[in-house]
Formats: sequence, C-alpha cells, structure tokens
Amino acid sequence: MSETAAEPKMAITVDFSGGLEMLFSNQRRHALSIPAHDKDGKPSNIAFLISHLCKTLMKDPRTDLFVLDDHIRPGILVLINDADWELEGEEAYEIQPGDNILFVSTLHGG
Amino acid sequence: MAPALCAVCKTARALIKRPKNHSKLCKTCFIEVFEDEVHHTITSSQLFFPGERVAIGASGGKDSTVLASVLKTLNERHNYGLDLVLLSIDEGIKGYRDDSLETVKRNAVQYDMPLKVVGYDELYGWTMDQVVETIGKKGNCTYCGVFRRQALDRGAKMLGIKHVVTGHNADDVAETVLMNLLRGDMARLSRSTSIVTGNNSSEVKRSKPLKYSYEKEIVLYAHHKKLDYFSTECIYSPEAFRGSARSLIKQLERVRPSAILDIVRSGEDMARLVPGESPSSCSCKGKSKAPAEVAEDDIGGCGSQNGRNPGNEMAVMDKQLRENEEHEAHEIDVAKSTPRNEGGTANKKWELPVRTAAVASKVVKGQVLGNCKRCGYMSSQDICQACTLLDGLNKNRAQIQI
Ligand SMILES: [Zn+2]
Ligand SMILES: [Zn+2]
Repeated sequence: MSETAAEPKMAITVDFSGGLEMLFSNQRRHALSIPAHDKDGKPSNIAFLISHLCKTLMKDPRTDLFVLDDHIRPGILVLINDADWELEGEEAYEIQPGDNILFVSTLHGG
Repeated sequence: MAPALCAVCKTARALIKRPKNHSKLCKTCFIEVFEDEVHHTITSSQLFFPGERVAIGASGGKDSTVLASVLKTLNERHNYGLDLVLLSIDEGIKGYRDDSLETVKRNAVQYDMPLKVVGYDELYGWTMDQVVETIGKKGNCTYCGVFRRQALDRGAKMLGIKHVVTGHNADDVAETVLMNLLRGDMARLSRSTSIVTGNNSSEVKRSKPLKYSYEKEIVLYAHHKKLDYFSTECIYSPEAFRGSARSLIKQLERVRPSAILDIVRSGEDMARLVPGESPSSCSCKGKSKAPAEVAEDDIGGCGSQNGRNPGNEMAVMDKQLRENEEHEAHEIDVAKSTPRNEGGTANKKWELPVRTAAVASKVVKGQVLGNCKRCGYMSSQDICQACTLLDGLNKNRAQIQI
C-alpha cells in the first residue's frame, strides 16, 4: 500500500442516475478518491475516469450498458459540475479536485 | 478554458448544448426554451381546446413525468383551461411497476393532479406475471403492448375523458420511422409520424405533445428542474429489433445530433408521398381508428413505454397486424370514392395547411369502426386484438389445468 499512498489522489463525487445506479451497487452518489494522474503521468481526464470506474467501481458484469468500444455508451449523458460535457471538452476534460461528474442514462423507460 | 456564456441571456454560464442546433444555453433559458417549444407544438397543432379534460398516460418514468410537469406549467402560464388527470396502468409485474407506481403517486401530489390506476388483472383477468408464466418471456411485450393500449383508453373512458396524451418523444418517433423503413412498411411509417391518432369522433384521441422534444433534453429538463422520476427496465424486455434501432439512433446522434429531428421530418415527408396515407399532425378527416391502433402499437409496445424496450416478439403479432392492415387498406380504398363524412368538415380546424392535399385524399367511412363482438370495445375486426390474445391465453390456461 505504500506505493499507492505515495501516488497523488484527488477527491471527487460521481453520480449515476436514469437507471445507471443499478450498475453501481444501486447507489446514486459515490465519493471517490481517484489517482490525479494516469499511468503515463498525464492529468486524469474523463476518459481515464470512465475506465477507472469500470475497473474499480462497477460490480455488475454488464459493462456494455455503460461503455461501448471503450467509449461511454451513446445515450448516456455526462454532466461535469452540471454542465454538458460537450461544453467542457468531453473525454479530454481534465478532472479537478472536488468535481462532480454525473452519468445519466436516457435509455430507460419513459 | 473560460466557461461559455448563454446564447440567450448572455450573462449566465451555459450548461446545455442543444442537440438540434448546437446553441449553448444556461439552465434558466434552457427550461424556458424547452417549454416554449412544447407550447408551440401544442398551439400549432391545436392539440387542445379550452375546458378539455386530458388524461396524461403516466408511468413514473422521465418522459411522462416531464410531460406532466410541462403541461401543468403551460396550462397555468398560457391559460389553456385544461383539466389534467394522471392515468397509470398497472401491468401486474412484481418488482417493476410497484416502485414506479409509487413515483406516480408522488407526482400526483407534486403536480396536484388526480390519479387513476387501472390494472391488467381487473381489465383482462391476467397480470403480466401470469402471462409470462403461461407463454414464457418470448413475445410477452406484444401482449403487454396490446393490453396497455386498450387499458389507457378504457381508463380514460372510466374517467369520462376523451383525450390521452403520452410522453413519446422525438427519439421514439425517429426510432419508429427507422424501424418501419427497415421493414419496408411505408404505410405504417406514415401513420407513426402523426402527432394525433384517433379523432374527435372516436371515443378516445391520443396525442404526443413531446413529439419534437429530444430525449436528451427531456432528461436534462428533468435533471435541472429536479423532477422526481423513476427509471428501470421492464424485467421482461429482451434486446432486439427495436433495441437495435434505438442504438443506431443514439449512435447517429453522437455524430450528428440533428439526425433525430431530421429522421422525424423525413418520416413526415415520406408519409406525404404514401398514396392514401396522411402524416396528419392533426386528427382530422376521419382518420380511421383502426390504423391509429396499429400505429400506436409501433411505439412503445412494452411495459416501460415509449419503445425503449425492444420487442423481438414482433413475428407473432406482426402477422396479425399486417392482416388487419390489409383488411383496413381494402376498406379505405372502397371508402375513398364516397364523400367525406361529417366528421371531416367538422374537424376542419385541426388541419395544418401543409398537410391539406395529402389529407384530403384519405377519407374513411365511419363504419370501419366496429365493435369487438367479445368485449364490445372499438375494433375494425370482429374480435379485437386484446380478445384474440386473451383467447390464446385462456386456451393455454385450460390446457395447463387439464
Ligand atoms: Zn441564459
Ligand atoms: Zn375485444
């Protein structure tokens, strides 16, 4: 654990709604501490967060309901501090400490 | 990166990027624009008349919750004079409908609207759980869809209401257009694009005020207005053709967000090219009830509405529906040579100018509308779809008992 302790982390909150919470232990809000940098030493961005969530947070085996071909499944909206991620650079947005990232599915029953 | 400012008020931070035109809006302006556009759809299609009693088909899901919220807001803001009621169907699926019905009950309090719940068990003697026990999971969405359609109508009739609005959105319509295109079914495609089905002379009229609203914006509206909705997948729904059409639309939207409304508009344009069919965004000209029933079936065959749930079961029902349609098509041809029925002129006000030519070519005699010999419900067939399915189910039950 000494290795991970040395690694800089940042605290963020991640929310799932619109049915996605079912894939994440039926829990809407998750307070997480994620690595500040990816394995190449670049600041962690949304693309990193998505794969990080798949590896560490998702217990449900149905990853294809969240990620398709390594990208967020079309039909799932991503809001960064309540703003559409399309306004923030999408996958390339560099996550800041304290950020709130919301994943909301549009794919479930109306 | 400096945050973008709202394109309308130019002061607040933009939080929404609109799929239809890429405009960037703040929360307040987005909510206002979204509501204004639904208001425009309602007034330009003359969906309502003052004093009308309208039942909102409410599932507790995002679409019908947003519809209820927006209609309440617009009804008060623009003095529509509507008497709004929430109408919910309990399919009898344990663990699925229970939670969403709780949501609808909260919505009834939040929006100060009366709520009526109609159960499949009381209407048909079968819950969906029992149907699935009998026929298995394959094809059950068909039953659910046929039962649901009648259930909303019957529920409305119990309330003495002649107009049911549903939360079908632009993505739903685009999906249906695409499915009918892929099936080569232009007749059904054309009917699926209309905003109103049934007319003033039929017992219960259906309309979709959110027909031009993106699903993305519906979800964002619900999010930013902090609406209380419930999301779950119907536990019986399998992935299939509808699911594939859905995925395709969502992928197209990713690359070209305007694609969804473009498909809807293409569907409307194609509908105008189908002889004898009208894509009427209005209920005029004696549009027969029967095709309307079929068209409805295309959207949201399943328990969690709005066609988000695929219906792989189509084979079973498709055959019957097609037979019905051929039958109807024949009747329409015969009727075409007869003068327009009274309803046609009386409902003139429903007509949108752009549709006039196409609409006028379709005239259907009132007697196409018969009644089911079994249950007395409106049907173009001797035995309505629901009763046909019930026959099969009851035979199965009898066999199991032997
Ligand atoms: Zn603004
Ligand atoms: Zn019947």
